[in-house]
Amino acid sequence: MVKRLCRDAACELGEDVKAALRAALEREESSLGRDVLGQIIRNFEIASAEEAPMCQDTGLAVFFVDVGRDVHMDGSLEDAINEGVRQGYREGYLRKSVCDPFTRENTGDNTPAVIHTRVVEGDSIRIRVAPKGAGSENMSRLAMLKPAEGLKGIKDFVVETVGVAGGNPCPPIIVGVGIGGNFERAAILAKEALLRPVGRPNPDEVLASLEEDLLDEINRLGIGPMGFGGTITALSVHVEAAPCHIASLPVAVNIQCHADRHKEAII
Amino acid sequence: MSEPKRISPPLSEGDVEGLRAGDRVLITGVLYTARDAAHKRLIDLLDRGEELPFDLKGQIIYYVGPTPPRPGEIIGSAGPTTSGRMDAYTPRLLELGLKATIGKGQRSDEVVEAMKRYKAVYLAAVGGAAALIKKCIKKAEVIAYEDLGPEAIRRLEVEEFPAIVVNDIYGGDLFKSGVEEYRRG
Repeated sequence: MVKRLCRDAACELGEDVKAALRAALEREESSLGRDVLGQIIRNFEIASAEEAPMCQDTGLAVFFVDVGRDVHMDGSLEDAINEGVRQGYREGYLRKSVCDPFTRENTGDNTPAVIHTRVVEGDSIRIRVAPKGAGSENMSRLAMLKPAEGLKGIKDFVVETVGVAGGNPCPPIIVGVGIGGNFERAAILAKEALLRPVGRPNPDEVLASLEEDLLDEINRLGIGPMGFGGTITALSVHVEAAPCHIASLPVAVNIQCHADRHKEAII
Repeated sequence: MSEPKRISPPLSEGDVEGLRAGDRVLITGVLYTARDAAHKRLIDLLDRGEELPFDLKGQIIYYVGPTPPRPGEIIGSAGPTTSGRMDAYTPRLLELGLKATIGKGQRSDEVVEAMKRYKAVYLAAVGGAAALIKKCIKKAEVIAYEDLGPEAIRRLEVEEFPAIVVNDIYGGDLFKSGVEEYRRG
């Protein structure tokens, strides 16, 4: 299952992202920007038709796994996922992009994956995979704001992060924002926000309106497709929030490139 | 939008003088691939006064780490990687005659200055368009550092490889001028 998810994610973009990119082509004002979007669309069509990875950076495999509390497992869930990654990246001819942080020696099989596990109600396991390239991940940031900075501080930090990133994370991007929790909770919220279908607003009205404001401000930056200038810098902004300490206001911004790959399965 | 300009390495000074930020180009001919680890080894060779695995004069380096080819394929998916990680190494290679680099994302001020000084350009390809770019690659051969896997230095023969001039020798910078044009409020 994990093997198949890894291979499918690398070659087949979700319908939500495809639709958002096609809509962006209609709306982009820069002719060079439209040329870039045209190449991006042709690319995902070729990738799908030929089962070729859409991007050579087939990413670090990130998993969100919801395990039903009535599920009985023989053996380790983590080992099973890593074995799936190993097989998927080898048999799918995907690039192995994981290395030792000091020696930079490649682990050779794209493991270990990053796995976030939660125990939930039920008797099934929901596995979501999001292979994440480094180009966009490297431009992500986290800030521990002062509570006094409030909503303006949050907005400024998100827009500044996208501005500093410029063309590096392969715009048009999807912006995942995690607000609240603590240091690591904000980062996980931001990453999980990216798994929401592109363009689906947060069900909370306040957060949905924040998403809209942020998208508008980001697209006013003028960065455009690949940073060559244009009116579509982001396809969507997804915000998730959680309560935080009375003295804290953590904000995490996780940037996702246009090759927004994610797949899901329930077993 | 004007028609793309066609260029073929080795590039002369005249070829580079004819390119302006914002121009679309189609490259036909030889590109050499190198990214982080390969650059480090090239610089180590220069530090030791040894010869490089290929002559840089007039050449183009493409920053890419392709996916492994499937049986029967020339190369796997092969889109550009972020160029900024190579900034520390690039001025030295430009000094030795490298005429263009291809990647994605912005370059440091040092690299931009070195491009003006040594008459070289920076080109961007569309990041993530790796399956599309693969189709332009007609031949691929590892010429050095096979142990680096996707980071090995490859000699590619390409046909009509699409790229955009970001930095020209006159100080033009598409990332600055393009964004300026579309910034609102």
